[in-house]
Amino acid sequence: MEILTLIVKRVSYAAMLLLAVVVLNFILINLAPGDIADTIAGDMGGATAEQMAEIRADYGLDLPLWQQLFRYVSNVMQGDLGYSYFHTQPVTSLIAERLPATLLLVITAQLVALFVGTLLGVLAARKPNGWLSHIVTLIALFGYSAPVFWTGIMLLIMFSLWIPIFPVAGMVDVTIEGGWWSHVLDIARHMVLPVITLSSIFLALYSRLCRASMMEVLGSDYIRTARAKGLSESQIVFKHALKNSLGPVVTLAGLQFSAVVSGAVLVETVFSWPGLGTLALQSIIARDTPTIIGILFFSAMVVIVGNLLTDLVLRLIDPRIRNRA
Amino acid sequence: MGKLSKPLTLAATCLLATGITAGLATAEEPKRGGTLVMSAPQTPRHLNPAVQSGTATGAPGAQLFAAPLRYDENWEPQPYLAKSWDVSDDGLTVTLNLVEGATFHDGKPITSKDVAFSVKTVQENHPFKTMFAPVQSVETPDDNTAILKLSEPHPALLLAMSSQLLPIIPEHVYGDGQDPKKHPQNSENVVGSGPFKLVEFKRDQHIILERNENFFMEGRPYLDKIVMRIIKDPSARAIAIENGEVHLAAFEQSAQNINRIKKAEGVSATADGYAAIGPIAWLAFNTAREPTSDINVRKAIAYAVDRNFITKAIMLGTAEPALTGIHPGSPFYEKDVEAYDVDLKKANQILEDAGYEKGADGMRFKLFVDYGWPDVKAVAEYVKPQLKKIGIDITVRAAPDFPTWAKRISSHDFDMTWDVVFNWGDPVIGVHRTYQSTNIKEGVIWSNTQSYANEEVDALMEAAGKETDLEKRKELYSKFQKILADELPVYWAYALPYHTFHSDKVGNVPAGIWATSSPLDLVYLK
Repeated sequence: MEILTLIVKRVSYAAMLLLAVVVLNFILINLAPGDIADTIAGDMGGATAEQMAEIRADYGLDLPLWQQLFRYVSNVMQGDLGYSYFHTQPVTSLIAERLPATLLLVITAQLVALFVGTLLGVLAARKPNGWLSHIVTLIALFGYSAPVFWTGIMLLIMFSLWIPIFPVAGMVDVTIEGGWWSHVLDIARHMVLPVITLSSIFLALYSRLCRASMMEVLGSDYIRTARAKGLSESQIVFKHALKNSLGPVVTLAGLQFSAVVSGAVLVETVFSWPGLGTLALQSIIARDTPTIIGILFFSAMVVIVGNLLTDLVLRLIDPRIRNRA
Repeated sequence: MGKLSKPLTLAATCLLATGITAGLATAEEPKRGGTLVMSAPQTPRHLNPAVQSGTATGAPGAQLFAAPLRYDENWEPQPYLAKSWDVSDDGLTVTLNLVEGATFHDGKPITSKDVAFSVKTVQENHPFKTMFAPVQSVETPDDNTAILKLSEPHPALLLAMSSQLLPIIPEHVYGDGQDPKKHPQNSENVVGSGPFKLVEFKRDQHIILERNENFFMEGRPYLDKIVMRIIKDPSARAIAIENGEVHLAAFEQSAQNINRIKKAEGVSATADGYAAIGPIAWLAFNTAREPTSDINVRKAIAYAVDRNFITKAIMLGTAEPALTGIHPGSPFYEKDVEAYDVDLKKANQILEDAGYEKGADGMRFKLFVDYGWPDVKAVAEYVKPQLKKIGIDITVRAAPDFPTWAKRISSHDFDMTWDVVFNWGDPVIGVHRTYQSTNIKEGVIWSNTQSYANEEVDALMEAAGKETDLEKRKELYSKFQKILADELPVYWAYALPYHTFHSDKVGNVPAGIWATSSPLDLVYLK
């Protein structure tokens, strides 16, 4: 029952948040110099003044800004995200085409980062001054400080050029034939490098956090009790200590979810991953207002759902939160 | 012209009969079959070049749609959908005799009515208004004859009838009353007339084309399939060429990548094929604003900037110097103009004589240099220390993206800017617009944003646009280029080093004047 209240509360917050996302971004984009007519003229290698005026009139860009905003918001409320100026296609179908690719990348990268990060954190926490711990720290620092696009290009050079085991770009190899299984394998092969690149930043965060919280838990009384009881080391670490040190990691993972989504923009560009990130970047440069806002609308929804799920997961693993409200 | 085209037609027909097209003859026998994987640096808005200019649409567009003519690497028109053509002696009538029995991808015949419709669609929607401006009407006495009636002679017309600029689109599809710019069949279920048919267009992923079995040129195309993979990162594209994932990448311009591919095994890089597109990088001056309105200031800057350093050091030897606004690969290029070889002493003297005295800090005045995209960052940055040597204090103003830069330049809010402008074949299409005094327009990028006006130059362009005698036309453009080089509305620096990267397995790499924006029906895999 009380979970239901939480969800209802969250949903009403979400609606307000989405409205703010739409309005603020609409204003922001219109503050940027240049518009879609400039972009189309550039893309075409030139245009006449009449053609540019025609494009502006066609998309209602010649109306006062408040009228444009009002028209846009009322359309969005009726579920119509508009028509992409640049791609000459409805925004909803444009996003629907891309969302799965981004979700696949983002969710996989987040899971890999969580799983590997936690594992490394645990291993490091058991001997905080051992060589393993130092190596984990090193990896973490490296992953956190290296720019995503640099990591991506380096991985490409190493594993697509020197040791060509992974494809350079894209999500599918259209020349591959065979059943659905070979297509799944193909996508998996294309995913390896982008997922490593995207998860490298977050892996660093999670492993450091997990190490710290694990060390704290390992020093607490009930762990000493467990040791005294004569439980095996793996039982102590994975069953008792880990469960209690996961809270901060999951919370952070929830908070970081939006960062993963924005990180996807860079990774998608480097690896030509056909997701929302590539589309977002292109649309911002093109001043394709309906597409940008549409994407931000959807990303905001992804983040909201992600955060909601985090709250629910936290309740599952920590009874204290469950009983607090 | 009328006299010229008859023997040419005859020669071309003979060549066709023996299966060899002039300029593209190869030592080995082309092989049928196979899938060519190409890379494309950007996603086209859609695939219909009749209503969308630019090379992103041009490359797939030239495969999907045939044009009346095609061009070899010597700028000679070749028969394509028009098996022959004739220009009347007064230059006012151009007759196209179409191939008989040619069909669109949906099986319906390609007729002269479709040619008339295509010309009309391009006239109404294409940004390059000058291409077909003098065309008054297109008469269609029978299904295989289209007669273009002109109000004045227009030598650029034949070039404007190649794939990049005049795709023949079916009237029964695109003439259904919808706005052709937003026609749904521009992106899917494209009904074309060219050597390849559309299988799938997935934005930011790929364009898949398959062989048109009923293509009107017997035995062609050689390839079964073309896959154009959209890869936006230039380094990723170079890696894909090197590791063999991609066979052919056109419009590559990163000097580092060009030199790397030149050295790599099994792959090559060629600069051939970009003469008609004709991209020139230049430093444009705002001649309506002080102090760049002063010709002495422009000349001093030209003497201070070292074109040789730019092409050899910054572009790592990949780029060719460009001394005028016409591409060095064009038959109209005049290389015998004032080149302003670097001379700092002279530059300083010019400014001194013109009364620009050095202040206490050693600087005479301040100027901004704009640029709008990362490829020209290095040359933009180079100008700063170089012009400091003649006492000009430069601030480099980078624009975060194209529209920002375009807004600044097109509203004349700049002193100097680096720019890259394309010739698009004939000077009438892509060169005149930069210098015509009638084309000084607020808010339009790549108009005469320099605000340059000279009646003599206007008159020369007007005359050259109508001159049907090639030699006389060359003379007019020669004079035009000399005056411009003297008045410097623009300091032309280099031809953009566009290259085609390709695996050595690719035969008949497109080397005509339109690179991959021309039919790839002769390309094969060894």
